[in-house]
Amino acid sequence: MIKIDLRLFVTLSGYLPEKNECLEIHENTTVEKLIRDLGIPDELVKLIFINGKRQGKTYHLKQGDRVGLFPPVGGG
Amino acid sequence: MESLNYKERYDRNFNTFSPEEQAKLGASTVVIIGLGGLGGGVCEMLARVGIGRLILVDGDVFEVSNLNRQLLSQEHLIGVPKAETARDRVKAINSWVEVIHRVEFIDGKNLYDQIKGSDVVMDCLDSIDTRFKLQDAAKKALIPIVSGAIAGVTGQVTTIFPKDKGYSLIYGEKSRQQIKGVETKTGNIAYCALFTAALQSSECVKILLSRGDLLRNKLLIAELWTNIFEVMDLV
Repeated sequence: MIKIDLRLFVTLSGYLPEKNECLEIHENTTVEKLIRDLGIPDELVKLIFINGKRQGKTYHLKQGDRVGLFPPVGGG
Repeated sequence: MESLNYKERYDRNFNTFSPEEQAKLGASTVVIIGLGGLGGGVCEMLARVGIGRLILVDGDVFEVSNLNRQLLSQEHLIGVPKAETARDRVKAINSWVEVIHRVEFIDGKNLYDQIKGSDVVMDCLDSIDTRFKLQDAAKKALIPIVSGAIAGVTGQVTTIFPKDKGYSLIYGEKSRQQIKGVETKTGNIAYCALFTAALQSSECVKILLSRGDLLRNKLLIAELWTNIFEVMDLV
């Protein structure tokens, strides 16, 4: 198991498990699987940042990764 | 007011800006597309900073639901075109600014004509698909865009030059765009709109002065419940 720091933004914040931002997951879990496991509908995630850099859903998560998931933000 | 003294008007801009830089801002043209929560704030700040020419574009009139956040909106202005109010506000703040206001809807067809000849385009739109259309027009016109977007108390800002990938890095492929983002669920809060507008105004000045660090290929994210302020790499 590895630990990741998870931040869910705007409307995604409701999917955060037990208000716990330090999440334990299996090693080599992809972001795609993480999103599915959290119960977030796939189309709600527009942007994925790992350690401050944009990544795709196939990224394999590593110990200590800072993960940020964003829905589409378009208001003015 | 012809009697106002130039040095006195911009006194508190010095020496953050040099006299040469102030003159450069005064010789610049910026077009603000969308005059709502973001655009109203950008309008106010760029007029005070001393941009020489502002082109203000929005086809909407003020509605009651704008009052919670839009700086230009007032109760007695419900039903009045936003572009007219923005013009009046800029003129009241800084009569030296040349203002061109256009009460026109932004639907993509006329975007090139609305922005051409400007030095910077301020994207203060409220729909994602129109942002892509604006980007197409700005690429054609070879003008950089400063883009702001908000939902609830989350704001994001990026700067896009004509050769940059731009919005596809943030919203995915152009062909698969939804019109609105999650702001339809969260609404938009005044202090988030104005905070984001301030960051956009700063980017605009930096582009015009070729100074400082730009948010090019980067996305600045601000989340005000948790005080997260982070600059993310898009490439």
